[in-house]
Order: sequence, then C-alpha cells, then structure tokens
Amino acid sequence: MNPTPQVLPKDRRDLGGPRQPLLIVRDLKKHFPLKKTGFGLRRERLAVRAVDGVSFEILKGETLGVVGESGCGKSTTARLLMQLTAQDSGELVFDGQALGAGLSLREYRRQTQMVFQDSYSSLNPRMTIEDSIAFGPTVHGVSRREALARAHDLLARVGLEPARFAGRYPHELSGGQRQRVNIARALALEPRLIILDESVSALDKSVEAQVLNLLQDLKQDFGLTYLFISHDLGVVRYVSDRVLVMYLGEVVEVGEAEALFERPLHPYTEALLRSMPSTDPLKRTEQAPLAGDPPNPIDPPSGCRFHTRCAYAQPVCAERAPRFHEALPGHAVACLRHEPESGYDRRLIPVQEVAHV
Amino acid sequence: MTAMHPETISVERAPVQRSRGHAANVLRRLLRNPVAMIAATVILLLILMAVFAPWLMPQDPFATSMLKRLKPIGTEGLPLGSDELGRDLLSRLILGARLSLFMGIAPVIIAFVIGSAIGIFAGYVGGWANSLIMRCIDVLYAFPSVLLAIALSGALGAGIVNALVSLTVVFIPQIARIAESVTTGVRRSDYVDAARASGASALLIVRRHVLGNVIGPIFVYATGLISVSMILASGLSFLGLGVKPPEPEWGLMLNTLRTAIYTQPWVAALPGVMIFITSVSFNMLADGLRSAMEVKQ
Amino acid sequence: MTGYLLRRLGYALPIMLGVSFLCFMLVHLSPGDPLVSILPADASAELQRQMMQLYGFDRPLLEQFLRWLWRALHGDLGTSIATSRPVTGEVFRAVGNTLMIAVLASLIGFSLGSLFGFVAGYFRNSWADRLASFVSVIGVSLPNYWLGMVLVIVFSAQLMWLPATGAGPGGSSDWAWDWAHVQYLILPALTMSFIPMGIVARTVRALVADTLSQEFVVGLRARGLGELGVLRHVVKNCAPTALAVVGLQLGYLLGGSILIETVFSWPGTGFLLNQAIFQRDLPLLQGSILILALFFVLLNLLVDVLQTVLDPRIERG
Repeated sequence: MNPTPQVLPKDRRDLGGPRQPLLIVRDLKKHFPLKKTGFGLRRERLAVRAVDGVSFEILKGETLGVVGESGCGKSTTARLLMQLTAQDSGELVFDGQALGAGLSLREYRRQTQMVFQDSYSSLNPRMTIEDSIAFGPTVHGVSRREALARAHDLLARVGLEPARFAGRYPHELSGGQRQRVNIARALALEPRLIILDESVSALDKSVEAQVLNLLQDLKQDFGLTYLFISHDLGVVRYVSDRVLVMYLGEVVEVGEAEALFERPLHPYTEALLRSMPSTDPLKRTEQAPLAGDPPNPIDPPSGCRFHTRCAYAQPVCAERAPRFHEALPGHAVACLRHEPESGYDRRLIPVQEVAHV
Repeated sequence: MTAMHPETISVERAPVQRSRGHAANVLRRLLRNPVAMIAATVILLLILMAVFAPWLMPQDPFATSMLKRLKPIGTEGLPLGSDELGRDLLSRLILGARLSLFMGIAPVIIAFVIGSAIGIFAGYVGGWANSLIMRCIDVLYAFPSVLLAIALSGALGAGIVNALVSLTVVFIPQIARIAESVTTGVRRSDYVDAARASGASALLIVRRHVLGNVIGPIFVYATGLISVSMILASGLSFLGLGVKPPEPEWGLMLNTLRTAIYTQPWVAALPGVMIFITSVSFNMLADGLRSAMEVKQ
Repeated sequence: MTGYLLRRLGYALPIMLGVSFLCFMLVHLSPGDPLVSILPADASAELQRQMMQLYGFDRPLLEQFLRWLWRALHGDLGTSIATSRPVTGEVFRAVGNTLMIAVLASLIGFSLGSLFGFVAGYFRNSWADRLASFVSVIGVSLPNYWLGMVLVIVFSAQLMWLPATGAGPGGSSDWAWDWAHVQYLILPALTMSFIPMGIVARTVRALVADTLSQEFVVGLRARGLGELGVLRHVVKNCAPTALAVVGLQLGYLLGGSILIETVFSWPGTGFLLNQAIFQRDLPLLQGSILILALFFVLLNLLVDVLQTVLDPRIERG
C-alpha cells in the first residue's frame, strides 16, 4: 500500500508570476430554460438569461468586489466560477491554465473554494464541525487523523477554541461561529481563491465586522485572493481593491474601488451609490435614485439593458448595445455616453429630465 | 471575539467536548414519550413471543380434535378456547405471531431498501433520469394499495412468497416517492454544494452527506407503513391469498373462524385482536418517532 | 387556469396508459400459459385455437397490448369465464353496489372525522384532543375486515338488530330504497367509514390547529371578532383540504372494498374480484382492476382540479 500523504499533495503555485491574473473569466453564459409554453408551431423555448456573456479578471492577491441588485446574476456567477452549475458557454483560465484543458476540475476546486451566504444550510446538520472541515482534505487523500488535526488548527485560526467546538453540531453554534467554521472549511483545502457569496450579509452588524476583520487577517496570512459578492455597498467599499458592477446578467463597470465609488462612470453605478443610505443629513436624497424593478431577464431590453431606467437615456441607447471598454486607465464601462462615436449626443439634455420639467 | 493569531492561542489536542448526535437526541425524546414507550414494549413482547413460541405454547398448535371443537374462552386446558378443528387457540395465536409479524414487517424492510435506493438515486441524479423513474413509480402509486396488493396476489396466486412480493411492490413506490423528495431537497442544499466544491465524487457525497440526512425521514415513514402492512398482509391471508392452512397466521385464522361467529363469537374475534394490537402499536411508535424527529433544534 | 388543466391532464394520461399496461400484464404475470388461465380446463383443441387467435397470444407483447387497449377503449374488456357474460357489464353493475356503501361510508367518515378533528384541533392538548387523536389512530389501525366481523357478532349474532350478510332479503338482487334493503347497507358502510374517519380527523385536527395559530386569526380576534366568527373563518380555510382528503378516500374505499365485501357478502366490486381470483377468471380480474384503478386516477384528477378551482391560493407549477 502506498503511504498516505501527510499533507495535501503540492500544487504548482504561482505558475504565471504576479502579473498573470489568478482567474480570467471569458464570455461566461448561463441561461436557465423555463417550462416550454404554447403548442405546436407556436412552441418556443424561453430562458432566464441569468449570466449573459460575462468577462473579467481577478488579479493575484486582490479582493474583487461584485455588486448589483438581487437577480442581476451575482450568485449565478459565483456558482459558475465554483462550477456548481455548468455554464452554457465561456471559459475559465486559472493562473494561465484553462479549466478542462491544462487544469482538471478536481485540481481547480482545490485551489478555488467558496463560502456560502446561509451559514446553517451550508453545514451538514448530521456532521460534527471537525468532520465537516476535515471532509475536503480526506477527499484529496489526506489521512483522517491528519485532516482532523488540521481541522483543529484551522478552528483555532478562525477563533474557535477546538476543544470546545470541534465535536459540536452546527445547530449548537451561533451564526457568526458557523460562518467561521465555513471559512475554516474553505481554508482546509489550501485554496488560492475564495469566493465569498454574500458570506457576511446574514450576520448581525457587530458579528459581520468581526468576520470581515478575520477575513482580512486570513488573506494576509495565507496569501489569498477574494471574490467578494455583496449587495452591501458600504462593506464592498471597505474590503475591495477593485469593484465590478453587474446589471441583468452583464458586467457594466469595473474599476479601482476608490475611483469607482468617487467617480462612477455608468449611470447604474451612480444610481446604486446614490441609493446608499448616507449618515450625513446634508447628503440625504429626496427621490429614489432607481425607479421601478429591474426588467424581466427573460426578455431584456434592446440596446443598452439599462436604458429603461436610465436618467441619461437617449433614443440611440435603445438601439445600440454599448461596448465594454476602458474609458479611463484601469476603469472600464459599458455605456454609450463614454463611448466615442457611439451616436450618443452629449450636448442633449437627458430625455427624462425634459419630461419632468 | 476578534480574530486570534496562531501564536496567541495554544491548540489543545486533548479532550474534545463531544455533542450528542441527532440519533441520540431523537432516541432521548422518544424515551420520554410514554405512549411510544408502551407501544415499543408491546412490540418487543410480541417479537419475543414469536421468537420463543415453541417454548411458550402450552399445546401442539397443529393437534386437531373432533371432541374439543370450538370450546369457549376459559375452558380447562384451552384458556382461549379452540378453533373449528379443535386446535388450542392460545398456542396457535402464539405461533401465529411468527408468520404474521414476518409477513407484516418483511415487505416494508425489503421495500425500504429497494425504494430508498430508487428514490435516492432518482433524487440525486435529477434531470430526465429522475423524471423517467418517478413517472414509472407514479403508475404503481396510482393504484390504491389494497387493490394493487390484491391484483398482484390474485394474478400470482396464493402463497407466502407471492404475498410478500405483492406487498413489497405496493410499498416500493410509496417509499421511493418520499426518498426522492427528501433527497431532492438535500441535494439542493448548500452543504452538498460545498461537498461538491471540495471535489468529492457523487458516490462519496451520497454516502457521507446525503444518506445520513435522508435515511431518518424515510425510516420514520417506513415505520408508519408497518401498521398498514400488518393489516394488508393479514388481509391477504384472510382472503386466502397469503399463508396456506394449516400454518397458523392471524388473518388466516380469522378467515377459518368466520364460520364460528354464531357459535363462539369471542373466540372467533381473537386473532383480529392480535392484528389490531400489533397494528396500533406500530402506528403509535411511528407517531412517537415522527414527533421525536420533528422537534425544531 | 386552462394551462394548469391541460398540464394536469397531460400528466394523468401517461399514468392511465401505464395503469392500463400494468393491468394488461397481470394476465402474463400469472403462472403458466396465459391461454390456460383464460380457458376452462376442459377446453377443446378447437376452442384453444380460436381463443389463441382471438387474443393473439402468438403475437408480440406490444401488439397484444395495443389490440387489448383498442378493444378496452371501445368498452370491450373480454368475457368472463365463469359467467360467459361481458366483463364490462359485470364490473359496472358491481361498481354501482360498491359506490352505495363507499359513498355512505365517506359521508359518515367525513362528518364524524371532521367533528373529532375540529374538537381536537380547537381544544389543542386538552383531554378531548387526546381522545380524538386516540380514536383517529384506532380508526386507521383497525383491520376493517375484523371490525366487520365484530360488528356482525354484536349487531347480528348477539343483538339480532341487523342482517349479517347479503344485499337484500332472501338474497334478492334487486335493490330498493326501503328499510328491508337499507338495513343491509348499514353494517358494511359503518365498517368502511372507520378509516376515512381516522384520516379526516387527523387532517382536520392539523388544519384547524395550523389555521388558529396563523396571524390573521390573531388579527381577527384583535379586531374584536367573536369566537363564532373566528370559527367561521377557520372552517372556510379548512374545508377545501378536508373535502379533497375525503374525495381521495372515496377512491381508496372503492379500490379496497374487497375485504369488507367478502365479510358481508356484499355484491360489489370486491366480491367480484374475490370470485375472479378464486375461479381464476383472469379477464374478469383484469377488467375489474383496470376499471377500479382508472376510476381512482380520474377521481384524483377531479379532486385536484376542483381544489384548484375552489381554492385560489393553490398555485401549481
């Protein structure tokens, strides 16, 4: 019999060097088919275009924040990146190796882990904490003894005293404690990228801050890269190096966190930021910056998908789909206003404002 | 509590505080339920009676006697009277526990294994395979259980094995449906996603994460079926489709004693009392088990 | 709504096809040559040849099934071996008799079950609740063929109030709605009502308890609605489900009447099945089971549809 490896088999770390993005996402698409409607010739296949051609990069060592309204495809993107849902088309390149070509799914999943939103349902209720954490490493050939010892180390690392917590069941822990366990479980496989899908959103504010601090510490100590998905703009601004904005299954803006928050280019981002509750009474907004619900993702609007709710929309916006391009250095956007020769007349007063006069 | 650094805390390897598992909690709650405990005791006694029947029977349950036909309860030497062939009813009731319990419990156990396997497979695989399997199951489920049992037994002919097969087929779709719906729920849960994300194979996930979470609810449902199975199995024998004479079985005894309801009515009703006691006990135990499992944690 | 109805029907049709196939296969399940089981033991070689051709047992199974299904769709389920009469007529005559006791049993079961269930759910955890719950457990745990025997012992053998078996004085087969006939109906229907009673009681108890714990009831009380008014709301909330449950029970009773009908020699479908099994009358067995099972599927469909129509809250995807 082969001797069982004492630790996880070494992966080839940092293949492409610091300049190689850790993960390149190319034209990712996922449409969820709906029940077919109609009969005979009128029968048509409808689909929810949850993620509709998403491309971006996650740089080594950064925290990339992802924001957008609920239903914009944030969570589907997370599931696609984790390969829990199979994409219809598109490609993932992890540290220079294409998934499925140079990199096996199993190996990819060791290097990419995920922490879910619901701390309770993401832990097996019939397993003790230590078993939940140790499960991953045993899958990859670590002996149970060794995996348990590592689970105890990780518990200590996330601030849960192993002697008190290791043998407990999820329902005996608080939400914050459970989320620490989930983080420990993600760390158990020594990943390089961790996808945090609304991971702190369900926690109380005080607990949320503790867990965020823990995440920052762990990032330093383990040299991690985070994809941080949240609907909470304040938190995203606090933790992210760069921020990505999604609308109706598409990426509409990506940029350095400070630049994007201070000088948003896309009208949607602008509206989102204005919807943030301000602690400064002088900055209170009187009208809702974003009117109405997002359009139906089954049948998205023509041209720019945001034009139905955009304060700056012009007729051309309903006709032409904007090209996602770098409008400023390191700051990309998909908006005709910032696209040269797009047919958008920057001198015109926005249509909607005229209508309101 | 803020994040601690590894050097600031000592990692203790020594005694780890163990919590009681789910099964232990359920058992503890079950033990505190008096009705369920009485039912469990009755079932245990019945099983013991069946196992030790040869030592408990006061007389030969097969010995017929024309002189001692249909004696009332309390006759000397025949504490529970005698049947239409003069056989000691007490001895026959005791020995009858063997076949009656076996015919009632065995189909549920077999159906539990097969139905769970089908349902868990369908639920975990999902997609068109699930639809195909479940539509076939639905066809069997579309029959009222008594009708299906009788249709199959009637077509296959009388006999213990045929009755067993019929009853098993009746219970498989019921268990498979429960197993499928529970498994589908578990399969969509985040912890299964987390396990998939760790790179585990489907088989390993089913073994380590799915089974433990689905087997409990399926088991409780199956215990509830034993009561139905007892009644159905005895019913088949009552119709002459199950156990064949002279073997003692409560349903069959009820059938042969039917002619005696005018002469010795209370003797004739006794085998039914046994079926009833067994069925009610299993029902109450299943109820207790269900409420012990349903408690919110 | 029409979309739902079409989808529900689209689901029921394959099930009915599957049920038909299963019934068709019953003859092939039974041991020995299917021809042997259809023919009397002393059939001549000529008759054997004729039957072979008529039933097409030499052809592929699927073709046999389709031919059989085609004939069944035209109301031809073959001929009973024992009586030499068409199976369809025999079964429908029997269905009428079984429906009489089954409907009566459902009515008794529904009224008593609702009463017990309502009291239990309203006075939750009181002695009345425990008693009602106990009665409902007994209802579903009683072997009803034995209950039938006990009722015969008490009311026929001991008290001599009601007749024990049959469906009319002097074994007459003509039914009439007079006491001479109706008294034969009472014991079988009473026996049969125990299971639906237990199940309805259980359901209604859960429904009532659940409704009472909902916030809108708290709201009604807070707005000063009297207990009677609250009760009316509770009944309105529980009635559709309770009716659906009893509707399904009617189907189970029809399919499961064989044991009770055997006890009471009631000339319904169960009695017919019993005859078919013991005279190895396979066309009759096949035909009765097919009709009963299809009836059950259709009843399910009807209950489902009615429930959707009556209860606007139910959204079915």
